[in-house]
Amino acid sequence: MKIKLNIWKQANAKAKGKFEKYELDGVDEEMSFLEMLDSLNEKLIKEGKEPVAYEHDCHEAICGSCSLYINGRPHGPGDVIATCQMHMRSFKDGETITVEPWRAKSFPVLKDLIVDRDAFDKLMAAGGFISIDAGQAPDANANLVSKIDADKAFDAAACIGCGACVAACKNSSAMLFVSAKVSQLALLPQGKIEAKRRALNMVAKMDELGFGSCTNTGACEAECPKGIGIDFIAKLNREYLCASFTEAE
Amino acid sequence: MSKLDAKIPEGPLAEKWTKYKASMKLVSPNNRKKLDIIVVGTGIAGAPAAASLAEMGYNVKVFCFQDSARRAHSVAAQGGINASRNNKNDGDSVYRLFYDMIKGGDFRAREANVYRAAEVSSNIIDQLTAQGVPFAREYGGTLANRTFGGVQVSRTFYAQGQTGQQVLLGGYSALKRQVGLGKVKMFSRRQMLDVVIIDGKARGIITRNLVSGEIERHAAHAVVLATGGYGTIYYLSTLAVQSNGSAAMQAFRKGAFFGNPSFIQIHPTCIPVLNEYQSKLTLMSESLRNDGRIWVPKSKDDKRKPNDIPEEDRDYFLERRYPAFGNLVPRDVASRAAKERCDNGFGVGKTGLAVYLDFSVAVGKQGEKVINGKYGNLFDMYEKITGESPYKTPMMIYPAGHYTMGGLWVDYNLQTTIPGLFAIGEANFSDHGANRLGASSLMQGAGDGYFIAPYTVSNYLADEISTKLPSTDSPEFVEAENSAKALLDKFLSINGTQTATSFHKRLGNIMWNFAGMQRNEEGLKKALGMIADLKKEFWSDLKIPGKTEEINQELEKASRVADFIDLASLIVTDALNRKESCGAHFREESMTEGGEALRIDDQYSFVAAWEYQGEDKEPKLHKEELKFENVEVKVRSYK
Amino acid sequence: MTKFFTSSIGQKFFMSITGLFLMMFLVVHLTINSLLLFGDGSLFNIAANFMSSNIIMKVIEPILALGFILHILYASYITLKNRMARPQNYLVAGKTNVSWASKNMYILGGLIFIFLVIHLANFFWKVKFGTVAAISYDGGETELHDVYALVAGLFKGWWWYDVLYIIGAIFLFLHLTHGFWSAFQTIGWDNNKWMSRLKVIGYIYSIIIAGGFALIPLFFLIKYVV
Repeated sequence: MKIKLNIWKQANAKAKGKFEKYELDGVDEEMSFLEMLDSLNEKLIKEGKEPVAYEHDCHEAICGSCSLYINGRPHGPGDVIATCQMHMRSFKDGETITVEPWRAKSFPVLKDLIVDRDAFDKLMAAGGFISIDAGQAPDANANLVSKIDADKAFDAAACIGCGACVAACKNSSAMLFVSAKVSQLALLPQGKIEAKRRALNMVAKMDELGFGSCTNTGACEAECPKGIGIDFIAKLNREYLCASFTEAE
Repeated sequence: MSKLDAKIPEGPLAEKWTKYKASMKLVSPNNRKKLDIIVVGTGIAGAPAAASLAEMGYNVKVFCFQDSARRAHSVAAQGGINASRNNKNDGDSVYRLFYDMIKGGDFRAREANVYRAAEVSSNIIDQLTAQGVPFAREYGGTLANRTFGGVQVSRTFYAQGQTGQQVLLGGYSALKRQVGLGKVKMFSRRQMLDVVIIDGKARGIITRNLVSGEIERHAAHAVVLATGGYGTIYYLSTLAVQSNGSAAMQAFRKGAFFGNPSFIQIHPTCIPVLNEYQSKLTLMSESLRNDGRIWVPKSKDDKRKPNDIPEEDRDYFLERRYPAFGNLVPRDVASRAAKERCDNGFGVGKTGLAVYLDFSVAVGKQGEKVINGKYGNLFDMYEKITGESPYKTPMMIYPAGHYTMGGLWVDYNLQTTIPGLFAIGEANFSDHGANRLGASSLMQGAGDGYFIAPYTVSNYLADEISTKLPSTDSPEFVEAENSAKALLDKFLSINGTQTATSFHKRLGNIMWNFAGMQRNEEGLKKALGMIADLKKEFWSDLKIPGKTEEINQELEKASRVADFIDLASLIVTDALNRKESCGAHFREESMTEGGEALRIDDQYSFVAAWEYQGEDKEPKLHKEELKFENVEVKVRSYK
Repeated sequence: MTKFFTSSIGQKFFMSITGLFLMMFLVVHLTINSLLLFGDGSLFNIAANFMSSNIIMKVIEPILALGFILHILYASYITLKNRMARPQNYLVAGKTNVSWASKNMYILGGLIFIFLVIHLANFFWKVKFGTVAAISYDGGETELHDVYALVAGLFKGWWWYDVLYIIGAIFLFLHLTHGFWSAFQTIGWDNNKWMSRLKVIGYIYSIIIAGGFALIPLFFLIKYVV
């Protein structure tokens, strides 16, 4: 098949970017989207042109590197899918595919389709952990955890930190990301001890980093490659309200 | 031989680590803040090591090439993590785990290290749980277990099919906590270019900032490499596309010995190559073979659709060849059997390089719902990638490069032959011998990171408390930076016609064909010549666009491929030298009449540690003899 | 607590609380208004006069106004801030499958606000500060504002007012379909079980409220104009 591509090109963080048009022939529908981009790049390099910079690594929808906004959706067409698992059979012959980087103030573009997601790391450093040093751990079975809570905590912990939630949200809100971590740890007995502090610190950091606020559109949930639900956002709201009213500052 | 001292402590196997820990040198808390440690890599070994050392009070600098520490490829481990806790009351013990690993590794691993890995395994589960890793639980609230390949006890802890992710995020969160506390300085998007040696000791590294392109010098009192494996040497593998062997090769060139480089595990159940553009193969968990039956058509070039091929025209070759174990033979055996069928023209799919993994009997007997409960996420992943539903059509699978048992040679302290340079996790060679057991890679990496490196690195640093942090202006740093810069400029100046990826693909082909699942002397020798030719071509016809002072992904690839080419020669040299078959290393010259692997214990019961002798010179072999005092060395049979 | 008022969740909390308060007001408002549909208007006039003279209502009235003002101010502030979180927009607008209303709450709110101004000018302003004909149901002992005549006059006299009020109700309906459920989500009531329940309840609520308000002009339209 033959496709037309309309891809955001930007030399570096300070440069002004623009869309560049490409045409690619001989695209196999069994190709993954990333392999299609690879073959475009091979072609561009051979033609002496600048290849398109984009991020990818594991190709198993688990590392969270890919960050492509394709035809108006993070990770492209399809639900509960990351870009790396999307294949060209999802597109039609002759179709124009527009590829953009994640757009958010907190995720500045570094080059072409590569954005800086350091803000997520900063959020984690602000409280996405349980304060325990190596060697201090009690026996793993000393704290019993109900299977329901453990499974629910896992559902939240499945987040791959790709940032599709922020990219999908019209407010560039990081609430799904933060809520997943806060919920995961608040659901487990070992995480409850500093649950309030965690919620307060992570939300404060989220606001500081310039993410928007949640207006409950549910776009994040619809685009999350791991299907993380916005019921965790309700839980974060609950945890945060409760912490704000009870935790001494 | 003189230089190879494994420093295994005296005493009975079960007491070695405990006694050694009690006699190790310590660094007092007020001295720790004067000492700097560099950790490269943030996977399941690197992140915990960095966090644990920072918790103790050292100043730690952590480097990773990804944009975030959370993306290290440990994240993709699926099945689980082993620990000898005997939670199932089924007779598990530290010794049994140790024995399974030694046997699974085909008696090519060091007893003392393996025993220690088994010994700390239980603490890992405690630590990870305390960090909030949501391991699967029973309804009563206790930890759940599952059984994993080739052992008779149920000792694998898991978090659905994403154990690696959860375990890694445990270490990552500990690391982020230390970043928040200011004890760890995180340097993401950095590619390591060289290790700096001053007065014979590792004192720092040279890195390239992948955003600005700036070459940076970082000094420390010790350097810990947790840079993972090099399975991407085959180009197509189950590894992340950016996983590489560059840090190990840099250390090797600076004098660190490389242990058993040719021991590379080939995983039998992966989604096969679909087209020539493919950049990655996807692992389908080994557990699928519990219910799936592997077959190919009985006649060559049978172009019928799998469901149209009647029972009598199917060859269930594993069941035929290995009636006792059937579809559940170990990874290496299953891989070789599939390759044999395909090489003889019975393979299926467009490329003829695939076999069927058929669930029709299981779906028929157990129903779609039960099968979905067991393998739902894997079936979904398969369908997303291939567009076919395994409930209806048989899966197509083929073996792919997976895990490297080989790596930098380390002693009992996980220290390489360069003082102050440590290698942990998959980056070292130490615990898996010639073949790794399922669910033990997370165990070994985490064990190294949480509970072994913090002790042994401290032991080393105890003699360094009065050493001042070396200046990054010292001639060694300047020289290392200059040669790193020169190399990058060289890549850009060739201005040929072929891309780095195209060289990587060709190298992968050579390695897969001659140093993959089956190896022989003729092929390996041929491969050495082909690699040398490829190297010449690489350095004369490479095309890298752009410049160094910017994000330049092609430049990153080129430096990885350059290292892979040298590593490939090393792998082939090691494979040539080891004329026996053991574990994943199968030499056609050394097999039983039935076509099974044949070890030659009286000649090859050693670790091959290779010493760099200079560019394009054959490396020098050092042998670390393996002594088995606590297990009986046996032959594995699956007939 | 001080941080709470300035935090993103805290601000949303006030949107939620004021929203819930306004939704309660809508129930009371509709209950009274539904009396327009029955009898000769005396029921409505008595109820309306009770509401405007009652001491409790006199206290609640400014609180209600404050509720509106806070809801609008917070919405404006949050919307502005959220816009700033994405300085550069996508070329291809979001194709994610989410409800149109949820993405356009501020626009819907703005339209409702315009409607509200007209609505207040039509009735509230006239009753409060203008001249409304008097009527008595007890032989002249007590005189009441004939609000019924005011309403009926408007809806009978100008058909496009009926249409305007129906359109206003449609905007309100869309606003409420998202607002009802969203308010509970923001105060943390929700979980995966209650989410679908609250969405259903929210729809029923929105249909009753918006349908009820639309019914009144429709009633006059059909009865007198058509």
